[in-house]
Amino acid sequence: MSEKFTIEIIAPDKTILKTDAHEVTIPSFEGEMGILKDHIPLITFLRPGLIKIFNEVETTYFIEEGTVEFSDNKLLILTSTAIDLSKIDKKFMEALINKSETKISKSSISDKERYLLNHKIETLKSIS
Amino acid sequence: MPSLDDLKKRIKSVKSTQKITKAMKMVAAAKLRKAQENAEKGRPYSLRMQNIILNLTNSINDPEHAPKLLVGSGKDKTYLCLLLTADRGLCGGFNSNICKLAKINFKNYLKEGKNLKIITVGSKGHDQIKREYGKHIIKKFSFKEKKQITFNEADLICKEIISLFDQKEFDKCILFFNNFKNVITQIPQAQQIIPIENKFTERNDQTKFDYEFEPDEDEILEELLPKNISTQIFKAFLENAASEQGSRMTAMDNATRNAGDLVDKLTINYNRSRQASITKELIEIISGAESL
Repeated sequence: MSEKFTIEIIAPDKTILKTDAHEVTIPSFEGEMGILKDHIPLITFLRPGLIKIFNEVETTYFIEEGTVEFSDNKLLILTSTAIDLSKIDKKFMEALINKSETKISKSSISDKERYLLNHKIETLKSIS
Repeated sequence: MPSLDDLKKRIKSVKSTQKITKAMKMVAAAKLRKAQENAEKGRPYSLRMQNIILNLTNSINDPEHAPKLLVGSGKDKTYLCLLLTADRGLCGGFNSNICKLAKINFKNYLKEGKNLKIITVGSKGHDQIKREYGKHIIKKFSFKEKKQITFNEADLICKEIISLFDQKEFDKCILFFNNFKNVITQIPQAQQIIPIENKFTERNDQTKFDYEFEPDEDEILEELLPKNISTQIFKAFLENAASEQGSRMTAMDNATRNAGDLVDKLTINYNRSRQASITKELIEIISGAESL
């Protein structure tokens, strides 16, 4: 029996990825989460972070937000932004960091937003 | 009988019209390819989103406390209709088909004694609806200056709808748009987006899952529902854009062909009358010579 399950990453305008994987880690709202085959059905949100897909090779995607559904050995990630880390542009990242930092320095944002932005900056810095 | 000169002028004018329609067809064909691609790529997202929501709905324990956006306001009095049409004409029956479907529905709602509110997106639909239902239109959007409609526009409309819902301005929201089936067939459709229609046609045969939620259901629903509405509106936009181009292409193709037929007919007429006049002149000359 194969130890793999299918993972799909779908953006509003296209299907970004559809493949099999041994293991996937996702940055769920309350912490990093590893998913293996036969995980119980799950619905959760994502915070900014990295999706790691372990197959023969490891692929990593940077995402800003998203919704995850796991059922019947199908992992479905709906997100508006998923960027393949190997194709990412340094300048683009820096612009993103700057944008987030100016946003976080404003006092008007809520705790939740602050939490999300903090994570975003952290991940962005860790990769660049 | 039109004179030779008149015929010549008409042939020329039809030919130049043909050139225009041909050019429009080409443009529509090029745009169609892109729009169709977008529509087809956008489908999985909205479908899956809808499925997740439906699964969530299934596993809700107490419907009483579920978010209003999901179960509705509990009343069935005021209908908000969102009419998505194009901003441009010359695309065959595209705009009229949506309006026709919408008008049938409007009539039924009013007959049943419901209140009707209409938001139009795209100027063509507004123009067609306003004569009959002008007093029901509460808002109109037009994205004429935008080259391509993005998720932001869908979000804008979604926010408007949700704020109206929160003010208890309506109980049900229905979306009218053209579903792109293929280049020659577009099907006008009415889709209810608030509350979400509980159609379990697709997942009926599958086992229902007991999901683990993180954070809890309510929070997920609260965040997911508005997103779903924008997604559905965005999907409708994409389908509409593809349908518009498809419809325009077919219409312009027909127009070009008709113009060709007309040119042929006029040319035959022109040649006949030219020959007739030559024959007439010959007869005159011959009979003149004979009488001498």
